[in-house]
Amino acid sequence: MNPLKPRSRRRVAPEGPGDGMRDSALPQVACDQDRRRVLGIAGAVALALAPGLSLIAYAQSGSPAGAAASARTRWGLLIDTAKCTPSCTACVTACSSYNGWKNEGRPTDPQWIRKVQVSDPSTGFSRSVPVMCQHCANAPCVEVCPTGASFKRADGIVLVDRHICIGCRYCMMACPYKARSFVSENLSDQKPWAPRGKGTVEGCTLCVPRVDAGKVPACVEACAREGNGAMTFGDLNDPASPIRRALAQHPAVQLRADLLLDTGVRYEGL
Amino acid sequence: MSVVHYREIAGRSPGYWGLVALLTAFVAAGLTAAWFMEHIGHIITGMTNQVVWGMPHVFAVFLIVAASGALNVASIASVFGKVAYKPLARLSGLLAVALLIGGLSILVLDLGRPDRLVVAMTHYNFRSIFAWNIFLYTGFVAVTGFYLWVMMERRLNRYTRMVGTAAFLWRLILTTGTGSIFGFLVARAPYDEAIMAPMFIVMSFSFGLAIFLLVLMAACKGTGRPLGDVTLMRLKNLLGVFAAGVLYFLLAFHITKLYEAEFRGAEAFLLLNGGIYTFLFWFGAVFLGGVLPMLLFWLPQTRRSRAAVGWGSASVVVGGLALMYDIIIGGQAWPLSIFPGMHVSSSFYDGVVNFYAPSLPECALGLGGCALAMLLILLALRLLPFLPESVLDDSGESHSAVAGTSTAPGAA
Ligand code: SF4
Ligand code: SF4
Repeated sequence: MNPLKPRSRRRVAPEGPGDGMRDSALPQVACDQDRRRVLGIAGAVALALAPGLSLIAYAQSGSPAGAAASARTRWGLLIDTAKCTPSCTACVTACSSYNGWKNEGRPTDPQWIRKVQVSDPSTGFSRSVPVMCQHCANAPCVEVCPTGASFKRADGIVLVDRHICIGCRYCMMACPYKARSFVSENLSDQKPWAPRGKGTVEGCTLCVPRVDAGKVPACVEACAREGNGAMTFGDLNDPASPIRRALAQHPAVQLRADLLLDTGVRYEGL
Repeated sequence: MSVVHYREIAGRSPGYWGLVALLTAFVAAGLTAAWFMEHIGHIITGMTNQVVWGMPHVFAVFLIVAASGALNVASIASVFGKVAYKPLARLSGLLAVALLIGGLSILVLDLGRPDRLVVAMTHYNFRSIFAWNIFLYTGFVAVTGFYLWVMMERRLNRYTRMVGTAAFLWRLILTTGTGSIFGFLVARAPYDEAIMAPMFIVMSFSFGLAIFLLVLMAACKGTGRPLGDVTLMRLKNLLGVFAAGVLYFLLAFHITKLYEAEFRGAEAFLLLNGGIYTFLFWFGAVFLGGVLPMLLFWLPQTRRSRAAVGWGSASVVVGGLALMYDIIIGGQAWPLSIFPGMHVSSSFYDGVVNFYAPSLPECALGLGGCALAMLLILLALRLLPFLPESVLDDSGESHSAVAGTSTAPGAA
């Protein structure tokens, strides 16, 4: 099986600018109606409070949710750090250009994925490790979020519903991996398939529109294109998937495994 | 059997209106800051993706913690039946409500999307301690408001003890909830300790009583109402005990942390080599918040002095703010340990102590919330009879009935 093609058991949502207003990240169709009513009020308040305020996120609620995620699948990522070259940032660049975030080196800039250089002070052993949202099964960000904006899809992908995130940043306090960023200024050049909004929190979505369309995340594709092939994406629940087979053969770890968060991202060679 | 007479303050003096104008200006500055923060974004604050809660949280959490403690005096009177404090119970309840509203306003206006307050009120995740706090805070205002009504309405006076007990229990749960916001953050070495909940309760006793004493002394002085020495000195002694209690909890907290190897790096940072955070801990929280007030309250040279009560209370307040800064900002300045025992570096500030400098809008918002609380108190004192005509010592133990009489406003 082609490692770049995940086995997808569910209806596939189309991707691309034409489908831009669709927020495939939304969990249930049923609550859309309800939410839109509330958003109507909130939107009116927003307009009254701060004219000119970005309402981009609201526009995304215009259509029902995309394909429902299936609980039979658990999407995961295996990163072989031995194959990851310290100087390579292909995954970071690919994520940034696909999802439309920019890191200009300021502490307020978002970084959905970053390369962390890790070395053991006692032995000198070193590795370069891509770190992003670990898509925890027991996600602290989901537990602490007061409104339920931080949520876990049935297939294990952890997302922020930009419509109900109030920007309290408690999830950022709770995440052990610094996986989330807060949008602290007005945005331009947004990608229609990756809605972002000033005053809300964001992070790696595992490229949910791509995954729903049967593709692999942008970082995984870029890593393979570079020839490193350090990342394997797939269904952790499927014993026949390449990721599960690799996990069955080689030791892999979860970051901060002591916290028992059951992360969807695993690392080899650490 | 004497009856306590309460009276609105006249609120006609230039001093009163000057204070109202000054506080209004601070509130306006806070609102302006909040407007800019929402319009331009949090980029104009000192907050980053590393330090996500800044100066507004320092003020907000301080006020919310103090609010619960400000109810002390009322609780002592109605729950524990100490009649000496009954004349002060109304003021105590008023302070609790006003401080909480001030703190909550800051918290809401510091949200990334304050316009989504409706969303916060309609979407709940009941696993979130934060969501629980939304109920605890609004419920506290409601319960304490009802408590005030019961105290002020003669026909309802007999329920005072019952409602007072409810308010007392509520505030204990509320502060437990506030402390747990931090105590539950398992991923952050400077927090992650269940003792934070009881520690916050003792902190609330201390901060709340200090603010209560300052307001009481200022109100009595400003309106020329007598304030008996015995009552004042009793409250002062209580504050000294609370301040000592905070020191005890800080000691217990840090000793527990030091015992666990994984936290030692964070502890060394906060207690020994953390620069401003170490300074704020030792000089702010320990010295100003605990040692100095105890010296002022109990040294033979100053123990009878009213000025010492005022300075000691102010010192507790400043020390309390320093402690909040230390807990909230210092706790985030220490980097997360994602790869324990390893040296790490990245473009996202992994492995380095995070920098934070409060910005003007953040300070304006924080001070605006404090000013709002004080403004509410000033206006409420003028509108309703919260303050007794006198807090004389003989009106203390001999009291057996407390009536909610209100006479015509006198000159102040
Ligand atoms: S890594 Fe952080 S943001 Fe991602 S699911 Fe886990 S706690 Fe949430
Ligand atoms: S910032 Fe948004 S997603 Fe994060 S906890 Fe708050 S409401 Fe939830």
